Amino acid sequence: MKQKLVVIGAGMASGRMLEHIFDAGGTFDVTLFNAEPRGNYNRLMLSPVLSGEKTYDQIVTHGADWYAAQGVDCRFGEPVVRIDRTSKVVYSNAGGVPYDALVIATGSAPFIIPVPGRDLKGVCTYRDLEDTNAMIAASRPGAKAVVIGGGLLGLEAAAGMAARGAEVTVIHLMGHLMERQLDPAAGYLLQKDLEARGIRVHCKGATKAILGTDRVEAVVLEDGTVYPADLVCMAVGIRPEVRLANDAHLDVGRGITVNDQMRTSDPAIFALGECVEHDKQLFGLVAPLYDQARVLAATLLGQEAAFQPVQTATKLKVTGVDLFSAGDFADAPGREDIVFRDPGRGVYKRLILEGDCLLGAVMYGDTADGAWFFDLIKQGKSVSGMRDTLIFGPAFQGGASANPLAAVAALPPEAEICGCNGICKGRIVDAITAGADTLDQVRTVTKASASCGTCTGLVEQIMALTLGDSFTANANPPMCKCTDHTHEDVRRLIKSMGLKSIPAVMQDLGWKTVGGCASCRPALNYYLIADWPTDYVDDRQSRFVNERNHANIQKDGTYSVVPRMWGGVTNPAELRAIADAADKYNVPMIKVTGGQRIDLLGVRKEDLPAIWSDFNAAGMVSGHAYAKGLRTVKTCVGTEFCRFGTQDSTGLGIRLEKLLWGSWTPAKVKLGVSGCPRNCAEATCKDIGVVCVDSGYEISVAGAAGMDVKETEFLYKATTEPEVMEVIAAFTQLYRENARYLHRIYKWVAKVGLDWCRAQIEDPANRRALYDRFMLSQSVYQVDPWAEHAAQPAQWAPIADLTLRAAE
Amino acid sequence: MTDFIDIAALVDIPRQGARVVKTATGCIAVFRTADDQVFALQDRCPHKGGPLSEGIVHGTSVTCPLHAAVFDLNSGRATGADDWQVQTYAVRAEGGRVLLDAAFLARRSAA
Repeated sequence: MKQKLVVIGAGMASGRMLEHIFDAGGTFDVTLFNAEPRGNYNRLMLSPVLSGEKTYDQIVTHGADWYAAQGVDCRFGEPVVRIDRTSKVVYSNAGGVPYDALVIATGSAPFIIPVPGRDLKGVCTYRDLEDTNAMIAASRPGAKAVVIGGGLLGLEAAAGMAARGAEVTVIHLMGHLMERQLDPAAGYLLQKDLEARGIRVHCKGATKAILGTDRVEAVVLEDGTVYPADLVCMAVGIRPEVRLANDAHLDVGRGITVNDQMRTSDPAIFALGECVEHDKQLFGLVAPLYDQARVLAATLLGQEAAFQPVQTATKLKVTGVDLFSAGDFADAPGREDIVFRDPGRGVYKRLILEGDCLLGAVMYGDTADGAWFFDLIKQGKSVSGMRDTLIFGPAFQGGASANPLAAVAALPPEAEICGCNGICKGRIVDAITAGADTLDQVRTVTKASASCGTCTGLVEQIMALTLGDSFTANANPPMCKCTDHTHEDVRRLIKSMGLKSIPAVMQDLGWKTVGGCASCRPALNYYLIADWPTDYVDDRQSRFVNERNHANIQKDGTYSVVPRMWGGVTNPAELRAIADAADKYNVPMIKVTGGQRIDLLGVRKEDLPAIWSDFNAAGMVSGHAYAKGLRTVKTCVGTEFCRFGTQDSTGLGIRLEKLLWGSWTPAKVKLGVSGCPRNCAEATCKDIGVVCVDSGYEISVAGAAGMDVKETEFLYKATTEPEVMEVIAAFTQLYRENARYLHRIYKWVAKVGLDWCRAQIEDPANRRALYDRFMLSQSVYQVDPWAEHAAQPAQWAPIADLTLRAAE
Repeated sequence: MTDFIDIAALVDIPRQGARVVKTATGCIAVFRTADDQVFALQDRCPHKGGPLSEGIVHGTSVTCPLHAAVFDLNSGRATGADDWQVQTYAVRAEGGRVLLDAAFLARRSAA
């Protein structure tokens, strides 16, 4: 008979506890109640959600799948109302659930200061996703927000709303910000930094009342200051949520009293997280809560474990603000300070010593040595031997050189690197030596830097130290794990050795795997197409699904279909054909793309040949919206209609698209042609852009408007349309012949230099030769793949259908 | 007991590729390697449900087309750090035909 485990509260601590239990193979019938209508997410990361750097989906730690896989009975949005200890049953409004063991993880509730107006609409706290969403909604540019409380949470709320454009004022009761973590000097530097970001800070401010009739309008302070406000966020502190425990007559101090095993005064009831009090201490930071989760999981599994609170360090998750504090830094008799200031750089460091031991550290502006100091504090060892240079950090100890890695190298294996997950240096090193050689792999294996991410830099430094030269060598890594050659070497050898097939490349260049991998095969297929257009036969099975199926796969396995719309110009017949196809194939969404054409989303694979055939019949061909090849040529209306147009930009765009379509390139290629410098076709952020002027055509290249945003750089001024066509075809060929697979033009130009490209293009003979090679390739590859494949619809359907057989 | 059904000619599946067999309980991807070995796996990546039949086949592995998880065609196990397992089915190539063990269908209908 499985034990019945009931958990009240799906927070970070209880989520981690369940993880430990299931990882250890524990078998319980688990029922999980949560007052919030959702499962476990990383509450620490609400601040990046508020500032817009992350989305909610990115901070979910346990999705519905996870709970289902573990067989957890989830009661989300169902608050528990009563615990019956005598008959061991937990009640929600929906009924009772019996337990053998009960875990209370109700967390904490924000403290609401008892001022008039606290119940007005527009007053929120900062605790869960609802609060975060309320602040996001209220943070439109120009809105006025007041944050009451200048602690960790209040400042993250203020920075997040300011990042979204709101005018934010922080009111703080104490003399300086974050007084529990910072001394006045560091608090002052922090205030200056926040003020530079447009956040107003009012210290020593006591809130008298919140004003407003229907909703909040202003906040008035005891000193008479009035701050107008559309939103007020109270972040003055939290108190443990103990109402259920009180009602059940468990021992409760400030929090629910627990022993070292996390057991409450009732042997069948346990508690963990922010709602507990252990040894007269409350807990708010995540590291000790995770420790509690580990201990309680062990207790429930019948193992021995005891919770012992450890020192914690604090970091503020506000992008661009670097502060660190750890240990005890209050002034007291017998304590001494070592202080370092560099006002120019805004750096402040203070170490607090008692006798020979380091007791606390506060750092602002340069926190690189934080982990090292934190470790000295935790170890409590004598620092008298290095006291003279202590403040300069580990790099200056023991005569070592000022190598930035020395600090990390000096850390002992038991030094904690990831505070969120309690991962020490030794475990990370073990994972790396066991083969994890990328940051992602280290994250997967150890969880280090997988939660709040502030230790990412440290983890990378440990990787650099452990992997030594091979990590540095990653600057120009081999193509993939199948070979030791770089992309550049492979391209060079394909040409110099005359290798004309994928098996030939793998054989003669000593590939270490059979059949390569999903990373090298598409690259090799491209290199061979580009270098041997008339000899090599495209290998469809070495292409990614989108290029193999000539449509973009969507997350549900359906495809999107984009017919070519030359220069973004269409006509009633094409639009009718598109509308008819959308009806005929039940297309769930039709969307206008950024490249001036129409996307039909949600087409089933087996319908692709038929829809292509219909488009072919209407005179349309593939738009290659899926290809590492020419995508679109965006145009404006030019002299045809526009009163400012200087040239026929629409016509030139269409002619360029007709010249370039069907060509395969290392990565996608998008063009824009604008009819005048007003640049309505946004040509100057394309891979290749043309801006028409009275005297001709300005061709610029290497723009970007994706993950990176970059303006194009001037390449060539042409005076006639044929010259434009030749220059652009030649430049495209130069890119095709030289770039690394998946590098967009701007990345490739950054490597080879624009001057080199220009020299190749300006030389008339060289330009003509490039143009001729481009046209030779086009003679093979400028064919409509849709027409080719529409002829064999059977290959797109299932090979066999056994659905009826099952019913036999 | 095994119950091998003739589902297709071997040449109908491209080398280093796959085709899909529809069943009442979901699709099965039937893979053919460069050296004509055949494998059958559930056509659904445990990560986000990607169709493995559309992945690139290399050696006796396939890479999921959605987020590049790699699975060993022999065992159906993910080769990376993630502990993922895809259901495999008995299949063999004989005399130019591909035969799939349909015992799982019988089990389904009996259940």
